[in-house]
Amino acid sequence: MPSGNHETWFDDAAGPLVRPYAATNGRTEPSRELDLVSRIVATGYVPENLDLQHTEVLQLCHPDQSAEVAEIAGRVRLPIMVTKVLLCDLIECGAAALADASLHDDASNLAVLQEVLKGLHAL
Amino acid sequence: MRSNTVRQVKILIAGGFGVGKTTAVGALSEIRPVHTEEVLTAASIPTDPLTGVEDKSSTTVALDFGRITMADLDFVVYLFGTPGQERFWFMWDELATGVLGAVVLVDTRRLADSFPAVDFFEDRRIGFVVAVNEFPDTARYDAEEVRHALQLGPDVPIIHCDARERESMKWVLITLLTHLIDRAKRRRAQALP
Repeated sequence: MPSGNHETWFDDAAGPLVRPYAATNGRTEPSRELDLVSRIVATGYVPENLDLQHTEVLQLCHPDQSAEVAEIAGRVRLPIMVTKVLLCDLIECGAAALADASLHDDASNLAVLQEVLKGLHAL
Repeated sequence: MRSNTVRQVKILIAGGFGVGKTTAVGALSEIRPVHTEEVLTAASIPTDPLTGVEDKSSTTVALDFGRITMADLDFVVYLFGTPGQERFWFMWDELATGVLGAVVLVDTRRLADSFPAVDFFEDRRIGFVVAVNEFPDTARYDAEEVRHALQLGPDVPIIHCDARERESMKWVLITLLTHLIDRAKRRRAQALP
């Protein structure tokens, strides 16, 4: 955009006309492996000079209740990969941390399957 | 704040475009279902000459995310509504990582739209059930007609559902878990000498 033009580019339907990866300085790979259901929790430390997008993401990670990567991405309306990059930044600067969680993906584990079934019946 | 490690389980809800995946995730989820998107660049998009996708430098894949917390058991079930189009298979691979089982949602007016999902789960040996979403204005087919049309094996459960109704979708998940348990038991029995 030419200098001196401070007009905000905004489209009612599309939202701000900023390429999603501008928020990540063009980075398309998160610095650590995050799954869609990795749970992120705020540590309470808020770095100074945090930009708007990082702030917005951090606000969705409550200190007492973790949120999943997929949920955060949906709430900030950013692509998943962009959200992962921003979350990695927050983890690296100490503002956020990975919450304790274990993914049970063994479809031959009868005990897990039976517990989930029991839970569904109780809903 | 709970100190126990949360145990997570993933379930996919797949099916063709407009079959009711978003509605189904919404009926089951305790949170307002999240609609999120992944931007994919040309390098990751298999070319599709019929739909002209090869002309685009990027495309957006949408997915729906929902959650069911079973507080007493420290279990959280995650639901992912996945894009049904064949050309998004590579996206399914990421979603299917660590998945316990799947629901293939079917609209009998567009049965062929479910083929890619059925093939995907069969190829990867992921246990699934077929749930026929009953749209008000559609002809009813019995389970065996659907089984024949989708060329499903005799062990795949086929049930009718209303994607808008929580109880109906809950029953679909119960059917899925029951199927996964039967499957695990069968495999265990086969593994014995």
